[in-house]
Amino acid sequence: MKSLGSIRRDFAPWNDPNAKPYIQFENVTKKFGDFTAVNNLSLTIFEREFFALLGASGCGKSTLLRMLAGFEEPTAGRILLDGQDLRGIPPYRRPVNMMFQSYALFPHMSVEKNIAFGLKQEGMPAPDIEKRVAEMLKLVKLEQFAKRKPHQLSGGQRQRVALARSVAKRPKVLLLDEPLGALDKKLREETQFELMDLQQNLGLTFVVVTHDQEEAMTMADRIAIIDKGEVMQVATPAEVYEAPSSRFVAHFVGNVNMFEGKVAERAANTTRITGATGAQIVVENNTDTAAGSNIVFAIRPEKIKVTSKKPADAVNALEGEVYDVAYLGDMTVYHIRLDDGQIIRASALNAARVTEDPLTWNDRAWVSFRPDAGVVLTR
Amino acid sequence: MNATWSRFNVTSVVLGFAFLYLPIVLLIVFSFNESKLVTVWGGFSTKWYVSLFHNQGLMDATWVTARVGVISATVATVLGTLAALTLTRYTRFRGRILFSGMVFAPLVMPEVITGLSLLLLFVAVGLDRGFVTVTLAHITLTMCFVAVVVQSRLVSFDRSLEEAAMDLGATPVKTFFQITLPVIMPAIVSGWMLAFTLSLDDLVIASFTSGPGATTLPMKIYSQVRLGVTPEINAACTILIAVVAVGVVIASVANKRREVQRQLDEQAAQRG
Amino acid sequence: MSNIAITDAGPSTAAKPLLTRLGAGFVSRLVIIVPYLWLLFFFFIPFIIVFKISLSQSAIAMPPYTPVLDFTDGISGFFAGFRDLNFDNYVWLTQDALYFKAYVTSVIIAAVSTILTLLVGFPIAYGMARAPATIRPTLLMLVILPFWTSFLIRVYAWIGILKPEGLLNQLLLSLHVINQPLIILNTYTAIFIGIVYSYLPFMVLPLYSSLEKMDYSLIEAAKDLGCPPTSAFWKITFPLSLPGVIAGCLLVFIPAVGEFVIPDLLGGSQTLMIGKTLWNEFFANRDWPVSSAVAVILLLLLIVPIMLFQQAQARAQEQDK
Repeated sequence: MKSLGSIRRDFAPWNDPNAKPYIQFENVTKKFGDFTAVNNLSLTIFEREFFALLGASGCGKSTLLRMLAGFEEPTAGRILLDGQDLRGIPPYRRPVNMMFQSYALFPHMSVEKNIAFGLKQEGMPAPDIEKRVAEMLKLVKLEQFAKRKPHQLSGGQRQRVALARSVAKRPKVLLLDEPLGALDKKLREETQFELMDLQQNLGLTFVVVTHDQEEAMTMADRIAIIDKGEVMQVATPAEVYEAPSSRFVAHFVGNVNMFEGKVAERAANTTRITGATGAQIVVENNTDTAAGSNIVFAIRPEKIKVTSKKPADAVNALEGEVYDVAYLGDMTVYHIRLDDGQIIRASALNAARVTEDPLTWNDRAWVSFRPDAGVVLTR
Repeated sequence: MNATWSRFNVTSVVLGFAFLYLPIVLLIVFSFNESKLVTVWGGFSTKWYVSLFHNQGLMDATWVTARVGVISATVATVLGTLAALTLTRYTRFRGRILFSGMVFAPLVMPEVITGLSLLLLFVAVGLDRGFVTVTLAHITLTMCFVAVVVQSRLVSFDRSLEEAAMDLGATPVKTFFQITLPVIMPAIVSGWMLAFTLSLDDLVIASFTSGPGATTLPMKIYSQVRLGVTPEINAACTILIAVVAVGVVIASVANKRREVQRQLDEQAAQRG
Repeated sequence: MSNIAITDAGPSTAAKPLLTRLGAGFVSRLVIIVPYLWLLFFFFIPFIIVFKISLSQSAIAMPPYTPVLDFTDGISGFFAGFRDLNFDNYVWLTQDALYFKAYVTSVIIAAVSTILTLLVGFPIAYGMARAPATIRPTLLMLVILPFWTSFLIRVYAWIGILKPEGLLNQLLLSLHVINQPLIILNTYTAIFIGIVYSYLPFMVLPLYSSLEKMDYSLIEAAKDLGCPPTSAFWKITFPLSLPGVIAGCLLVFIPAVGEFVIPDLLGGSQTLMIGKTLWNEFFANRDWPVSSAVAVILLLLLIVPIMLFQQAQARAQEQDK
């Protein structure tokens, strides 16, 4: 498989066979009565990694976080932190701290008391606490709000107090449960970068739970996609997007078109696929498939070109009719109904201000793509 | 919402409150009546209040009632809070149905039954009727009311506050005393006030369980009321109402002020 | 407190320090055990005693019944005493028509007053729920405030109003509405007025809380879909307020059946209600076994409404979560 781009290429312990795992979930199962929240799940997270657990609500991602924090015990399997089995260690003795989705700021304590709470519990001398609290307030830029109570703060300020409180003890691992869920869109985008900077500066391991794929893609070194208590794929954001391992992942992250078909012929580098209605496409070999087996070719909308005439040099070109056009400003999204009935979504960047010969409803159109523009999926 | 507060709605609320308050207002007015005939106005006077303070029996009963009220409300608050914690936190233990039954039943149980059954218990275990038995009876009754008040606060309590405290290194016991208790304190305080008022108010259970030397104020008032309406009783009732009203008004004004301050704070926080 | 609770039977205990385990487990047990034992001893066991004494004979002694309930012989002695018990008191209750009449009258009075309280309380609760949001807390406080003043005083206040030379008759006579004073005090009418008045907050509060939760746009939607206001009330508002109606009615009905103060002060000697009968058996006749039997029957009568009340409470609690 071709190596795919990643932003922080220098940090990739998961590719290093000698790297020591920091957090290990080993065949962890968690049941609540008859309901299985986490099912025989294994996962490895490395030191200083920014790791995201991504999934729909109820998929078990929060349960994973709560087991790591110690609020739940696994029904089976074990969780190791830096080689130590965490079983039986209560939350108040674990070297991990959590930032709660609701922030869980103590309403009867001022901002500084909130931040000092954890330090007091470990019996830190008062002058040291004062110093650390001041440091934390500076870090989150809330120095002038030290004496305020949580209800006297805005949503964004509360979020930063929660963050300062959870990193004040310098935990080995910081767990973040939907850290930006309660913020509005603009603030969320700003805060994403602040969180990344903080993680870099403090050198902490972050495990973040989110249902927002954009958030996970932006911040995380690696993403684990969770569904029904199982890991669907663990990979860098680029891999997850460009090389999803299953239909579920391809659908879950971003938009995708799926061609269902049978492997008609397998050559040295390419595979020819026959669609259900006979249309043929040629794609690059990136999966082992035997001739005659049923597969799916998944391709992202921006990798499909839409033209009014058949492109001369295209390997794969299918004819259809414009079914829908949506102008979004930065790009235009086309829905093309192919002659075999399938609807293809394609997007084109509006690089120029005026497009010549714009396609519109009911126009005849061709969609074309390169053999390496998508992936073949078998499950 | 303003538009929907129709004339009908306003009228029914006004009439309802008139019905609720008119008897009390009349009682207060006639406590200042010069005439001994309670229902005929004979001019303004405070003489009944003066004679009230010379009525040793009434004064003694007031003192008994106050002591019973404070002690039973305090013990009931502790027990009721524990019961509320049990009801909200421990959803599964043996005998939970019996327990919740025992908490909710006294709320509606006719007082004559509760009073009779407690009296028979005290006789059976050989406890002499008096101050102690009234207090025990009032604890039993009022702890259930405290439990309901505190429980309704606990149901809406954000459990992640406790988790956050434990996550930051506080043991469960510390978490309870440093986080849970301070946060639910307002509910506990109003539970105490409710328990105190109920104890102050109770006639039936006290009549069953009390003995010589432990006559409570309602018992005293009742025995005098049976002899007929007198301005002196009106005066005694007025003082009781005034005490309660002042307490409730102070509490709600303080509450209101906190609320207004909170809203101002929140608005300020939104601005910057 | 979440994890320390009953879960300490899990395999995790092995790794916990012994002291923590003992401390946490011990504390959480105490939370349950203390109120549990208290209620068991002061609420549950007394009922068993009431039941037992209802099967005893009355005697002129102190305590005035035989066999005397005695724990000095231990539990076996306590149970041995059961042999001497019989159902004479219950037979007595059925033979004297007075008791039967008292039970029936009490239930009818309680039922009628409950309906009256609902009729009076609903418009008040509805008006409050529709009031501007800013004054709603004040209105709520005004409904609760009378509850903080003595029940006895509030009932007493009505004597001065209702008696023949009382304020109501003075007013009506001076307005020439009537020529003769109305006899209201010491009649069943006075009892109805007393119950409605005293229990009104118990009806208004649950009604208000269920009406206030209701989204007013539901009514607007109904009207928008062509439903006239009256029919919208019966088809939307009333069904949605049913939990409040049920809770309010039970809160009024159950204590009203066994009410003592109101029939005693406002009903006079002519009216018959079971709470007063029990009181008189106990204090005037000093017949403890018969009053116990009266209490047992009253409790049996109320057991169904009380269980309904508890179910309603449990449901409400579930919804709040």
